Amino acid sequence: MNKPFDNRAWFLVLPVFLLVAFSAILPLMTVVNYSVQDTFGNNQFFWAGTDWYVQLLASERFHQALGRQLLFSAIILLIQIPLGVLIALCMPRKGWTVSLTLVLMALPLLIPWNVVGTIWQVFGRGDIGLLGYTLNRIGLDYNYVNNIGDAWVTIVVMDVWHWTSLVALLAYAGLRSIPDAYYQAAKIDGASRWSIFRLIQLPKMKHVLIIAVLLRFMDSFMIYTEPFVLTGGGPGNSTTFLSIDLVKLALGQFDLGPAAAMSIVYFLVILLLSWVFYTVMTRDENERQGGAS
Amino acid sequence: MESLAWMAWTWQTATFFSVILLILIGMTIWERVSPSGERVGVLRLSTTRGDRLFISLLGAAYIHLAWLGLIGTEPALYWATFISLVYALGVFRWA
Repeated sequence: MNKPFDNRAWFLVLPVFLLVAFSAILPLMTVVNYSVQDTFGNNQFFWAGTDWYVQLLASERFHQALGRQLLFSAIILLIQIPLGVLIALCMPRKGWTVSLTLVLMALPLLIPWNVVGTIWQVFGRGDIGLLGYTLNRIGLDYNYVNNIGDAWVTIVVMDVWHWTSLVALLAYAGLRSIPDAYYQAAKIDGASRWSIFRLIQLPKMKHVLIIAVLLRFMDSFMIYTEPFVLTGGGPGNSTTFLSIDLVKLALGQFDLGPAAAMSIVYFLVILLLSWVFYTVMTRDENERQGGAS
Repeated sequence: MESLAWMAWTWQTATFFSVILLILIGMTIWERVSPSGERVGVLRLSTTRGDRLFISLLGAAYIHLAWLGLIGTEPALYWATFISLVYALGVFRWA
């Protein structure tokens, strides 16, 4: 059976739509226009058709940057989502420690991206950095400037340090919304800790976890400032993610046409993956609705 | 239109965005005239008409990219547009 909607409420979002039109849709249209042209500045453009797209899709440099970006986002999600949930489960629910914990958890989120990069750049240095110096003293040959593995580990740990608390706070909000009656019922039934997590807490956290996954995916997929400050994309190109490569192309080489084509493809990848994540994570709900209709 | 020079409009891109805009207006009118609901199709997803349009447009973008990446500009990209139209019709009919 069909379920008609009343679409008049959409007029309420008209002001936001206009704002988004000016801040996002017009720039996006401009990028599309640039992606099919070449320019040497001074508002002079020359038709290039789909040349930049053909060139980009065959580019080894683009494939490698995209691969690195996908790998980075996968690692970040695999670490931050379970870790954030685990931290949320360990956070206190009553007493004065709640406020203290929330403030401490929010602290990394308040630090600007470039400052985070600078902090970890100093922290990881072998001569004066606490982390780098300590690791070298205990016999580990740690050098994020020259070693690809060390550079990756440092960037991943830096991002985990910066953003896991966001996942934890979202998961904590989800946990706090569960009425005590659920826990009491589980206790009466003699449910194990794992059963409580799997059958009560995880389903109740689902909606906030969808938001957490989408936010962390999009943010990690667009990461720029922290790795740029920390490694500058090196050693070699080993930490040159898509965004860093894009800035090099657009601002370093002033190749606005190819950079615009890359931006469009970049945007489409994010759009597709976000849609896939959202669809997969809300699939059960969709099936229930489909079954009910 | 000197003030819009920075946007570097061409007739091709203007046509592209006009078509998108017309589709959105057309879909809005269609929805007003004949309201739809959600339904579950072959993708096993509960979709509205708007969802199906999104899936069609996103798919069309990837079909064109795949054409450019795998085949190039010869034969013409219009074939990718034709495949996209067939795909969109399939999505609206069965998805």
